[in-house]
Amino acid sequence: MSTVTVAVTSKRLDLEALTAAVASGSGADGAVASFAGLVRQDNLGRRVAYLEYEAYEPLAVRALQRIVDEALAAWPGTRVGVHHRIGRLELGEASIVIVAASAHRADAFAACRYTIERVKQIVPIWKHEHFDGGDVWLEGATADPDDETARRTAYRIACA
Amino acid sequence: MRVTVRLFARLRDLAGSGELVRDVPAASTIDGVWRHLVAEMPALGEYERTMSVALNADYSRMSAMVKEGDEVAFLPPVSGG
Repeated sequence: MSTVTVAVTSKRLDLEALTAAVASGSGADGAVASFAGLVRQDNLGRRVAYLEYEAYEPLAVRALQRIVDEALAAWPGTRVGVHHRIGRLELGEASIVIVAASAHRADAFAACRYTIERVKQIVPIWKHEHFDGGDVWLEGATADPDDETARRTAYRIACA
Repeated sequence: MRVTVRLFARLRDLAGSGELVRDVPAASTIDGVWRHLVAEMPALGEYERTMSVALNADYSRMSAMVKEGDEVAFLPPVSGG
């Protein structure tokens, strides 16, 4: 079964399968950069027990696809795959995996970094943190895909 | 006319449900749907300045017109990754 390159799923993430789906394997790529985001036990002084991720799935998939398209436009010839997990995740489990393949390492690293920065800006997914003594919804950025300032910030971080 | 309202994360908790069906006047905007909701549940109002909105699972604006059967979503600031 072939792996789709953009997905929101409640299943455990598989970086190897995503890499195989993104990298050409034909010799055209000279670099593959990958990123995995993990559930961390300490957050803002709280002892995290586990996280629950919630998504507005159809829009989350569209937003992820938009980011992949933005990365291709910014680094032509680079291909990006991204899988985000939802549901309950235990400490140390991967919540997101990103793979960027390109002819050269600079573009692969940049596209990978750009993708995670943009995910945090515009993808409608939320963390519900369960910690020792309570629970809290984490809230980061007000999602606005047309906010050019935010997009440029992600691009600048990616190229730093 | 009837619209489906989707709420997520803390907005969903505040409303007690992630999916509501509401009757709103014809020719309403997303803003009109929001006002209808806040009149019913004032606690949601704190998100007015920080939320995003979507119409039929695409990002939209408060000024967008809604039609019978549309799905309108109100989204707190996101925290994926």
